[in-house]
Amino acid sequence: MQKVFQRPKYLKQAVFHYCPGCGHSIIHRLIAEVIEELGIGEKTIGVPPAGCAVLAYDYIDVDMGEAPHGRGAAVATGLKRVLPDHIVFSYQGDGDIAAIGTAETIHAANRGESISVFFINNACYGMTGGQMAPTTLLGQESTTTPGGRNEKRDAAPLDLSEILAIARGSVYIERTAVNSPRNIRKTKRAITKSFKTQMAGLGFSLVEILSPCPVNWKMTPVEATKWIDDTMVKTYPLKVIKDTVGKIDG
Amino acid sequence: MSEKVLMRGTQVIGEAAIRAGCRFYAGYPITPQNELTECMARSMDATPGGTFVQAESEIAAINMVIGAAMAGARAMTSSSSPGISLKQEGISFLAAQELPAVIVNTMRGGPGLGNIAPSQGDYFQATRGGGHGDYRTIVIAPNSGQEIADMTRTAFEYADKYRNPVLILADGMMGQMMEPVIFPEPIDISSLPPKTWSLRGAAGRPSKVILSLLLNPAKQEELNWKLDRKYKIIAREIPKAEKYMTDDAHLAVIAYGTAARIAKGAVRRVREMGLKVGLFRPITLWPYPSRELHELSRHMRNFLVFEMNMGQMVEDVKLSLEGRSDVHFYGRPGGTISTPDEIAKIINTLYHRQNLEKDS
Repeated sequence: MQKVFQRPKYLKQAVFHYCPGCGHSIIHRLIAEVIEELGIGEKTIGVPPAGCAVLAYDYIDVDMGEAPHGRGAAVATGLKRVLPDHIVFSYQGDGDIAAIGTAETIHAANRGESISVFFINNACYGMTGGQMAPTTLLGQESTTTPGGRNEKRDAAPLDLSEILAIARGSVYIERTAVNSPRNIRKTKRAITKSFKTQMAGLGFSLVEILSPCPVNWKMTPVEATKWIDDTMVKTYPLKVIKDTVGKIDG
Repeated sequence: MSEKVLMRGTQVIGEAAIRAGCRFYAGYPITPQNELTECMARSMDATPGGTFVQAESEIAAINMVIGAAMAGARAMTSSSSPGISLKQEGISFLAAQELPAVIVNTMRGGPGLGNIAPSQGDYFQATRGGGHGDYRTIVIAPNSGQEIADMTRTAFEYADKYRNPVLILADGMMGQMMEPVIFPEPIDISSLPPKTWSLRGAAGRPSKVILSLLLNPAKQEELNWKLDRKYKIIAREIPKAEKYMTDDAHLAVIAYGTAARIAKGAVRRVREMGLKVGLFRPITLWPYPSRELHELSRHMRNFLVFEMNMGQMVEDVKLSLEGRSDVHFYGRPGGTISTPDEIAKIINTLYHRQNLEKDS
């Protein structure tokens, strides 16, 4: 009998701790699948964040080195500079990458560090209980924006990926989502392209992935996937933000 | 054997680090230690496999060192007081993740932005951990160009041996003063034992994780017990101090780094006056050479602690002596530098006030 679906080689046999409807488990799986398909599992090193995905090392079965909150791009820089032939990725939430770790991320991009950054945007601080993140939408309620995010009081959302696109060392930046089979397939293609960009030594690449957080959004998982399509993409349109790489094989 | 060269302290650290096999350096400009960063930029370019990164911040620099250490490189960062404050979170992670790294603090006057003059105001920060959590950093305080050259090598060896961050605690005077130095021969980094714990990709072995998050309190406790066992071994194995003219002394000055250089001059002066005074100079500040000091208190009841701060190391002296001796203190804070004559006067006054001449 032909096996048509199985756990990817680089996903550990473990039960995800993530909430029902959370996107992290889908993204973990996609990364594991791509690592297997590209045959890079024995030379890949991941850098998990502080946040819900801090336990990514319990699931993704490659070498992993945990970074302090927000410092993923700096830790990845140290790893990659010492091991230039290895594949180094950081996995970071929106608070991690776009608030406390903004400087490290922008400068890693500007230096053109040959690393892959996976930026999971759920428009809130998930692990700490749903506070406003730099990515929280205007009008969106969070535990620290009880009346909805107000531009005067709370500032407008930070478009980190667009900012990173200006950096001279970034070569490929795409925003995708994991709220539908179609978007999941696109996300997988983006993750693949990011890793291939690094394998070719072309520079800094980042995939921003809009990911549902039903518990903190106070929605059902189905409502959360719809909210991404109906609302979130208006602030964060799904698109290739920068691509100087073009078509890439290898 | 290398030949004798005249060199500034900060550059001695850089040259000695390269010779000790340091192949990754990340730093950020801050006075009075910019020559070290500049030296590393030149040296790493000239060293095969060497990496220099001018980081966007002190925070980024220490985190790059974390990554380089995870990958198994001998890695270093350096800064001066305010910049070292910024690195403390990263140093806490290095300790928790048991990663070897060398951090150089060329202390300046503080608190706050302070000034760029030599000071010893960061003793507490250096020896008490500095960052959050229950950990220890090995602290080495050289007091000459030659000792900087020798102890920089030792710093990398301790970092690897104990898988722990090692802080070289210098000050603006140590960093800026030029002295003749003979460097140890460069090591062959391929001869170093392999770091089996490092992250090099899971080829032919299960994947590995270097982490410090331990949500299970029992596991967190076990890590802390494990670290404590290691710290106890370090405290047994590496305390180091210099004793100068202490055998017949009734009083010893206790000072480290630049303060010890000044104190040694003062001891010579009062010896010429016939006072039986010696110098006890801790070279490791953590672990503190408590046993050696305790040993000294068998025949000595008077100690004068001299620091370029308002009394920090004096606490370790009191802890070491456990009330067996009289501990006196003299300090000058803020980046001012005492002269040997000034300290000689302090010693002289204390010596006679305590009637020590009668002990002879």
